Amino acid sequence: MPELNLTGAPAHIRHGSNIGQPLTRRDGVLKVTGQATYAADNHPPGMLFAVIAVSSIAHGRVVSLDVAAAKRHPGVVDVMTPDHKPQLAIDPEIKTNPFVFRMEALQSNEVRYANQPIAVVIADTLEAATEGAVLLAPRYETLPPLVGLDAGASFVPPVVGVGNPTENHLGDVEAGLASADKQIDATYETPPQYHNAMEPHAIVVQWDGDRLSVDMPTQGLVLSLARIAELFGIAHDKIHIRSPFLGGGFGSKGLMGGPPVLGIMAAKLVGRPIKLVLRREQMYGPVGHRAPTRQRLRIGADGEGRLTALDHHARTVSSTFDDFYEPAADASHTLYAAPAIRTSHDAVRVNTGTPLFMRAPGEATGSIALESAIDEMAWACGMDPLAFRLKNYAEVEPITGKPFSSKALRACYDQGAARFGWAKRSLQPRQMRDDAGLLVGWGMGTATFPALMFQAEARAAIRRDGSGVMEIGAHDMGQGAWTALAQIAADAVGLDIDRVTFKAGTSDLPDAGIAGGSAHTATAGAAIHSAGAAVIAKLADLATGDERSPLFGAGNAGVIARDGRLIRRDDESRGESYAEILARAGVAEVEARGTGAPNPAAMEEYAMHAHGAVFAEVKVDPELGQIRVSRMVGAFAAGRIVNPHLVKSQLFGGMIWGMSFALHEQAITDRRSGRIMNADLGEYHVPVNADVPPLDVITVEEHDPHVNALGIKGVGEIGITGSAGAVANAVWHATGVRVRRFPIRIEDLLTQS
Amino acid sequence: MKQFDYVRPATVAEAVAAAAQPGAVYLAAGTNLLDLMKGGVSRPDRLVDVTHLDGLDRIETLADGSLRIGALVSNADLAHDANFAKSYPAVAEALLSGASAQLRNAATVGGNLLQRTRCAYFYDPASRCNKREAGSGCDAKDGENRGHAVLGWSESCIATHPSDFCVPLVALDAIVEIEGKGGRREIALDELHRLPGDSPDRESALKAGDLIVAVRLPPAARGFATHARYLKVRDRTSYAFAVVSAAAALRIENGKVAEARIALGGVAAKPWRARAAEDVLRGVAPTADAFQEAAWRALTDAKPSGDNAFKIELARRIVVRALTLAAAGTPARLPALPASPFASTSGAIHA
Repeated sequence: MPELNLTGAPAHIRHGSNIGQPLTRRDGVLKVTGQATYAADNHPPGMLFAVIAVSSIAHGRVVSLDVAAAKRHPGVVDVMTPDHKPQLAIDPEIKTNPFVFRMEALQSNEVRYANQPIAVVIADTLEAATEGAVLLAPRYETLPPLVGLDAGASFVPPVVGVGNPTENHLGDVEAGLASADKQIDATYETPPQYHNAMEPHAIVVQWDGDRLSVDMPTQGLVLSLARIAELFGIAHDKIHIRSPFLGGGFGSKGLMGGPPVLGIMAAKLVGRPIKLVLRREQMYGPVGHRAPTRQRLRIGADGEGRLTALDHHARTVSSTFDDFYEPAADASHTLYAAPAIRTSHDAVRVNTGTPLFMRAPGEATGSIALESAIDEMAWACGMDPLAFRLKNYAEVEPITGKPFSSKALRACYDQGAARFGWAKRSLQPRQMRDDAGLLVGWGMGTATFPALMFQAEARAAIRRDGSGVMEIGAHDMGQGAWTALAQIAADAVGLDIDRVTFKAGTSDLPDAGIAGGSAHTATAGAAIHSAGAAVIAKLADLATGDERSPLFGAGNAGVIARDGRLIRRDDESRGESYAEILARAGVAEVEARGTGAPNPAAMEEYAMHAHGAVFAEVKVDPELGQIRVSRMVGAFAAGRIVNPHLVKSQLFGGMIWGMSFALHEQAITDRRSGRIMNADLGEYHVPVNADVPPLDVITVEEHDPHVNALGIKGVGEIGITGSAGAVANAVWHATGVRVRRFPIRIEDLLTQS
Repeated sequence: MKQFDYVRPATVAEAVAAAAQPGAVYLAAGTNLLDLMKGGVSRPDRLVDVTHLDGLDRIETLADGSLRIGALVSNADLAHDANFAKSYPAVAEALLSGASAQLRNAATVGGNLLQRTRCAYFYDPASRCNKREAGSGCDAKDGENRGHAVLGWSESCIATHPSDFCVPLVALDAIVEIEGKGGRREIALDELHRLPGDSPDRESALKAGDLIVAVRLPPAARGFATHARYLKVRDRTSYAFAVVSAAAALRIENGKVAEARIALGGVAAKPWRARAAEDVLRGVAPTADAFQEAAWRALTDAKPSGDNAFKIELARRIVVRALTLAAAGTPARLPALPASPFASTSGAIHA
């Protein structure tokens, strides 16, 4: 196992503590010089290539595969099918815990969605395996597929998202609507979307007896390890997973899906190392997606623009064989003060791969509908959209009545609006034009995402030479964990970042939980912080208990760790270096562990969310309907900012995704076959450089003493929320046309000229 | 992938002989063909690589004032040739509005002409497609067909030709030089692509082994240089095929349109020359009303092939706008966002 060498990173200038410094990513040089080893870059000796054959029908049964033809092809070694495969220790249909999803591991001939794996061809070369998969020429018994939001009878799922109640109520919504001076009743639709991480799902796997070595991008090392262990019936300590870098995950690499399991099975079948990489189009099925939604919002407001009721219902879909329900309506729980709120969900089952967490699951879909509806309500009340939002500013979390642990949203509104120049906005739509005669529109949206904490552990050590070690099986999806967590680690052990060996990205390290829910920096950071404090306490014990130390008698509470020295709090001139303490004690190393976890008492007392305000300007050709975002300003308050540079990049990415949500992204499903017709990055549109305008991110100062010891809220997902609605609202303001089906298309705007 | 022979002929004659065999196809940059092969849409037995043939990568002005563009000239090299862009600005603008910088660096003139439709059902071997497999049916007709043809389509096929480059070329009466088993011949670009009729699998006038060696712009094509534009409406600002596009070129004398050229892209299985619309403008003043009339005439025969009626109205508006832009005069410099409705927007760095 090679250790990640980060010494190629450029020198940086540090002022004061590590946390809060805008360091460039420490793995940046490795990445731009091609030295960062992603999973598929591994080639163990004797490795074979495995290629998945996928179903071209969405519902039915495979009745034949021409295995003989595939095997005749030069280079093909074996073909794994439901009739010819290693047995798993447990049925992959069994859900052993709520974070286990059903997968296709060739357990049957049944086809439940298009692009479902139906066989695996193993060959000497990628080309031979690919052709072998074609030669299988599957024949099917086809059944009519269930497609779309009206595919069948709807039902109310038991929970949505991760264990959220399907319905929530506050007050009397119908009475609130009845008493309103103004009402809107609007229905919005969002399409299926796919994560499309730049790095496809990949696995390189090698069995050595009952030991298993896996290279695989994962957002959850230990969860993946546990799933592999139960599926293959081997002990946890026999499995080693390396995932030093992910080329994006966005939720699709959080939980073990079928394809990597097929890679492990293939390696077992042929007794050789295997590489299995999904092709882009194969990512449109077995590795999750964002489910489509249809959301109805009914909102009432009194004569002064105060909300009297907010009713948000979301229809979504899940697969025919498992349950994940996009919790879109939950977006209405936290943002706007209404005396009556009702959120509810229902669903239909369709022939699709099971939907999954995708960057801001529920918040992204819910936000674009809610922010559009709030904008419509502001217009109905004749009010400026920002004034309307301020009028309905939630001083406590509306659905629960809890105070917020911190909420600098007002400052986000103020600073964002000032930077954007919002005050000059015309109230009426279709009033503004640029020099070239293009329609100009300004829109805004409120951003919000919960400040979550999961469970994590870390191990810290101080070595004889005075350097530090911090170990945690954390995940760098591209967000910058190698850098931000190392900054926290450096502060935790009182050393410069270059004096701390920071280890992450493998499954033999302490469990960092999952890189998801925007909670990784907070959770792993809390564990690191706590491990660092514990190891410093041990070091302090060595010093303060030794009469030869200048710190003798200072007691733990009286010692500070700074720049590789322990010093007395009451007299900073008295202290000694870590190396001196360890040398005198004759100890090679002191080590300690720490944990990060949610604080149930604080959660009971406070509502914890990050917030933001996004302002967007779009230009629209008045006759031709083509849209281009010309500027965006986002102001976000997310507690303590560990690395402003990386945080801005995260927020930029989120804002671009928000724009993408409003204007571009959509998986086009053939309504007859259930096949996705644009499963490639040429036709599944995301913004290209020419679509992305100058982006301006303001990080608003926010001190939160309750969320966790470091006051971190996380920024991974919030950037999408607010942004999508801001762009949609700007399109309305430019054109006067309210489009309620996303993405907004040219033809939606051709109605007038 | 399927195993195939790869041959690299030394001469055009060898190339033609090699490509005349059943199952053989020409390979130039491969920006389209390789994707088709990877997707199992095209499964040739033999690739005849023409990229090493001599003499096909030149841009030459001929004695009669024609311009001859070798089939292997890259889209980027052609668009960035200063003399070319000055003489045929709408063609350069169209080239630079296509694909991405990386693709334009690789893609060739001949390959651009022969690129295949982007109909999703053509690209999906599990779908029925009369173009891919004659007589199998058309799943696009009742499928997801927002982007499909509104002119010249048949019940057999509603696919469009996706090229930007071909649209101003056909407006300027470009000629295609072909080397075949019977020697050299030439045809008008307008005759190269066939409408689908009952045999959408037969896409062009080319016969087995035929190799496009050059595209020629006749002397008259230069006469439009001061009033020629290409306009492309698309679903994102760059790296997207046209929803609808149009080339408009005018020769204006004494305040009247002496001659107009109009062609549409993204509306039919071929670049669509709108001659009836051109006739409307001959001899009249270049006014908004005249352009409206021309646009109406250009789409007289249009009908939706599915969920795409909006393209007809959009095409009319694009024709009007392209004519308006052409009448206003070719800009001294190509805009940063070529052919885009946002071409005049400040702050755009590139497409």
